[in-house]
Amino acid sequence: MPEGGTGIGAAVKRVEDQRFLTGRGNYTDDLNRYGQTYAYILRSPHAHATINRIDTAAAKSAPGVLAVFTGEDMEVGSLPCGWQVHSKDGTPMQEPGHPPLARGKVRHVGDQVAVVIAETYAQAKDAAEKITVDYGPLPAVINMNKALAGGALVHDEIGTNLCYDWEIGDEAEVDAVFAKAAHVTEIDIVNNRLIPNAMEPRAAVGEFDQATGEYTLYTTSQNPHVIRLLMGAFVLSIPEHKLRVVAPDVGGGFGSKIYHYAEEAIVTWAAPKVGRPIKWTAERSESFISDAHGRDHITHAKMAMDADGKFLALKVATKANMGAYLSTFAPCVPTYLYATLLAGVYTTPIIHCNVKAVFTNTVPVDAYRGAGRPEATYLLERLVAKCAREMGLSQVDIRRKNFIPSDAFPYQTPVALQYDSGDYTATLNAALKAADVDGFDARRKAAEARGKRRGLGFSTYLEACGIAPSAVVGSLGARAGLYESAEVRVHPTGSVTVFTGSHSHGQGHETTFAQLVSDRLGLPLENIEISHGDTNKVQFGMGTYGSRSLAVGGEAIVKAMNKVVTKATKIAAHIMEASESDIEFKDGQFTVAGTDKSMAFGEVALSAYVPHNFPHEELEPGLDETAFYDPLNFTYPGGCHICEVEIDPDTGVTTVERMTAVDDVGRVINPMIVAGQIHGGIAQGIGQALLEGCVYDDNGQLLTGSYMDYTMPRADNLPSFTVGTEVTLCTHNSLGVKGCGEVGAIGSPPAVINAVVDALWDLGVHDMPMPATPQTVWAAIQAARPAAAAE
Amino acid sequence: MPTVSMTVNGKQVSGEVEGRTLLVEFLRENLRLTGTHVGCDTSQCGACVVHIDGNSAKSCSMLAIQANGTKVTTIEGLANGDELHPMQAAFKEHHGLQCGFCTPGMVMSAVDLVKKKPKASEHEIREWLEGNICRCTGYHNIVKAIQHAQQTM
Amino acid sequence: MYDFAYHKPSSVADAMAALKAADDGKFLAGGMTMIPTLKQRLAQPSDLIDLSGVGDLVGITVSGGAVTIGAMTTHAAVATSTDVQSAIPALAALAGGIGDPQVRNRGTIGGSVANNDPAADYPAACLALGATIKTDRREMAADDFFTDLFETALADDEIILSVSFPKPSKAAYQKFDNPASRYALVGVFVAQTAGGPRVAVTGSGQNGVFRVPGMESALASSWSADAVKGMAVDAGTLNSDIHASAEYRAHLIGVMAGRAVTAAG
Repeated sequence: MPEGGTGIGAAVKRVEDQRFLTGRGNYTDDLNRYGQTYAYILRSPHAHATINRIDTAAAKSAPGVLAVFTGEDMEVGSLPCGWQVHSKDGTPMQEPGHPPLARGKVRHVGDQVAVVIAETYAQAKDAAEKITVDYGPLPAVINMNKALAGGALVHDEIGTNLCYDWEIGDEAEVDAVFAKAAHVTEIDIVNNRLIPNAMEPRAAVGEFDQATGEYTLYTTSQNPHVIRLLMGAFVLSIPEHKLRVVAPDVGGGFGSKIYHYAEEAIVTWAAPKVGRPIKWTAERSESFISDAHGRDHITHAKMAMDADGKFLALKVATKANMGAYLSTFAPCVPTYLYATLLAGVYTTPIIHCNVKAVFTNTVPVDAYRGAGRPEATYLLERLVAKCAREMGLSQVDIRRKNFIPSDAFPYQTPVALQYDSGDYTATLNAALKAADVDGFDARRKAAEARGKRRGLGFSTYLEACGIAPSAVVGSLGARAGLYESAEVRVHPTGSVTVFTGSHSHGQGHETTFAQLVSDRLGLPLENIEISHGDTNKVQFGMGTYGSRSLAVGGEAIVKAMNKVVTKATKIAAHIMEASESDIEFKDGQFTVAGTDKSMAFGEVALSAYVPHNFPHEELEPGLDETAFYDPLNFTYPGGCHICEVEIDPDTGVTTVERMTAVDDVGRVINPMIVAGQIHGGIAQGIGQALLEGCVYDDNGQLLTGSYMDYTMPRADNLPSFTVGTEVTLCTHNSLGVKGCGEVGAIGSPPAVINAVVDALWDLGVHDMPMPATPQTVWAAIQAARPAAAAE
Repeated sequence: MPTVSMTVNGKQVSGEVEGRTLLVEFLRENLRLTGTHVGCDTSQCGACVVHIDGNSAKSCSMLAIQANGTKVTTIEGLANGDELHPMQAAFKEHHGLQCGFCTPGMVMSAVDLVKKKPKASEHEIREWLEGNICRCTGYHNIVKAIQHAQQTM
Repeated sequence: MYDFAYHKPSSVADAMAALKAADDGKFLAGGMTMIPTLKQRLAQPSDLIDLSGVGDLVGITVSGGAVTIGAMTTHAAVATSTDVQSAIPALAALAGGIGDPQVRNRGTIGGSVANNDPAADYPAACLALGATIKTDRREMAADDFFTDLFETALADDEIILSVSFPKPSKAAYQKFDNPASRYALVGVFVAQTAGGPRVAVTGSGQNGVFRVPGMESALASSWSADAVKGMAVDAGTLNSDIHASAEYRAHLIGVMAGRAVTAAG
């Protein structure tokens, strides 16, 4: 690994930090366009109600107000869903309309009802209070079981709250294995609903240029080209060449900024009507009721085992909450990103999973860091831990017994995926050592002497990311391809701008991608610019989610650089009067093999733009190449997370004492950035396990609607983490990379909860829901006490 | 409308505000100092932390007019020209930031910590950061950065 | 936030005059509760009268066996005051645990006491230490001052000048944080005072801060953690919310009281 270098493997300090650290980041709300106005969105206070009448007259005449629009004014297309899942009977999913401003009915607290546009934000908000909405409140369905059992209909026109009833695997074959199994372990799991809470609230600025007829939308997006496509083609009917979408610096996304949101369409649509740019920025309390939420599954699962604890079959039934409308990626999360992960790192030969997706009067649910894979991992690792208890095996032994062996790759699972590489024993062994599992018993005894309970929890997991091969996802219902593009533009003096369709909102692409270029083209980092986020600059892009930026976006850059080198080699051969096959390119120098004839990369670049003697029929001027890369497979990072907790049984407080993660993310380009991604993922995983839980009351009011009630992980909730990597290379991309953005959030929650259960097992507590808050833990201990005493 | 004047990052500034104008709104909208961010509306996330007369404060929870006559330092005023403040340099060195949104408030709060408690332990650092929420880093590298800055500030 | 007229008087008399002149005026102390409340449009005062210009409201004095803290003294000033730390360390520690550092730099004791948030810390200290609240017109015992949720005996135009805490022989405060907001879910302040043990609980009561006579008499018999540990407080008088049921709060009061007694020594 080149210490102090700038290529692959170097812990290069981040290029983007200078502007962020000096307050010169450029986030959407930092933009101030000439003549800018401000939008305030009036939202539904009801979870479910008819809109009988809206009176906007008083608001329209309030000070500073330029316009007020409601759903009746905004006759545009429905906010589209990007994925179509089919039920097991072959019928397509129910796909109700989703107007940007509600028409006739509101379906969740926070649904958009009207927009007020004024000279200042305060004036817009003042005026919104003058809008009178005559609502006809309806019964709300919040609980998924009630929604399926004949509760109120979220969408009357489809006549059901069931979006789809999907399955993978052969249920009869699985049932047959269960009938003969030596032992069956069952578990009921709730995967708690989360609110993503990127620290930058969503924002959008819409403007319209009367002279050119071009619309521009500045927005907090992880994928500006996708927004351009969805909003332009499906909602507002603006052709791509007249619509520019810019996602400047974006302050965290974690999935929540993938989707096309109503507010983007509203400000873009209204800009020409007002004749001035319009800015909308969410207040945090709006984020809670308008950003797509995550997770929210209810699952029953069972594992069939032989007498030795070898897994024979897995059967899973899940209900997944879609919320009130289908968000952009929502249908694929509990199906193709979830059920396909249920083999995990184990050789379970046969699996059946049924998923019922359900509409409720809640905020739409979509992908949140990990998306489907944390739900699968949590289910599987909680179940495996329970299997070990019931079979009298150690948590380590049951895993070793069922691991896919390191020589079994490529490994075809029974749930569609083919894993290319991995070594689960290596990550387990490294984690056991790093976590000092051998010393745990002594620490447990010391804790007991202090009146505390100590527990150890394991999670050995993998995930499928690097999303995704277009052919595969197309066959599964994706309405887009999931390739990525890159343009490598070599300037005449040899500096390079890379235009990437990936989008950085904290991941450090400006550094990691520059390292790829430095490594391949032999350039110093200061000669490399990474450009992203502007549809008028970048050719095309599918954006950043699913840990895809390096494995897909980075590969596109490599592919484009290879084209650059091929072209530059031709130029060098021409100028040095050598055969192309004799030209070697290394460390930024083109050399004629076996001679001292050599040209620097910059000299070749200059020649490309000053082609005075080029044979133009064979060699075009210029050095600027574009590539699209479509991956051949998903990538499969994985590893082992070990959590050690201490619980105060008097108060129920759980403290994470040690958190160890050893992950295989493939080749590491920048170890500093990789560790940072894993830290952040783990914090969100611990957040899900111990702190965060979205709570609605039965009427659909959000009880956790601010940081006063939604518990965000803070510095004093967390320990410092021990993280490491064990590398096996991805076999189907040239970099050998797998992805690191989501592993922390996927691997850690079951490790934490398994540790809590381990700590309390002897007290008779054998299950624990997430989040394991002090009250929940204390109540579980109280509930177990009579039972434990009776035993 | 009332007029406020204050010293911001060493410069005397003044402007007309409403009574209800928050200090953060004055900084961002009137002065175009957009490094100070707003991440919540319940005074908890700390993205808006600035220094008022040398003490860290949440500029979303103060009226601009309350800062009348004070010396305000924002993230834009921390570096000495091109030379980063030691806390800024430590955040870069230890990868204490990812998306950068909480960073200005985090850095301003951390500077106040090292001034007030130069030898704070890891536990005390984590407690001090109670008023600053980061969603990206898990705080691990923020703590490391502050420990580094304890040596260099 | 709705707009309002802002005033910054330099004396108590001017502050009261400004309030009288206003349709619906409110005093503004540190603003750490007031401004978030205004931002949420939960209040619409016509005028805000900022007390930060009234200079004689700031300061800490120790004399006659009592610590007297000016109403506009910040939590940070109390927490870091060596006078408070040596006279009533539990009070300094309590102030050092209010909110976060930025709240402590702005928030004031007068504001906290006048607001009487049922989850605030200072009311517990006032009640357990038998503090006296001095206003522009009278002195009130803490026992008479805190009347209900967000309610006190203060008249609308009455200004707190200072809060005076008699020095106890021992005292400690133990707070169990609301995991999300970090306000007190349960906070128990115990003190051995000249008049005997006093125990005050914040964060829990349906009517705000309250004393626990049963614990006080138990501690009078025996000042030990065991005397109060596990002692039941009637859950029927306690709050219940998503973070803590009344039963859990009742249990935590016993645990925190025991820990406070241990910490007090």
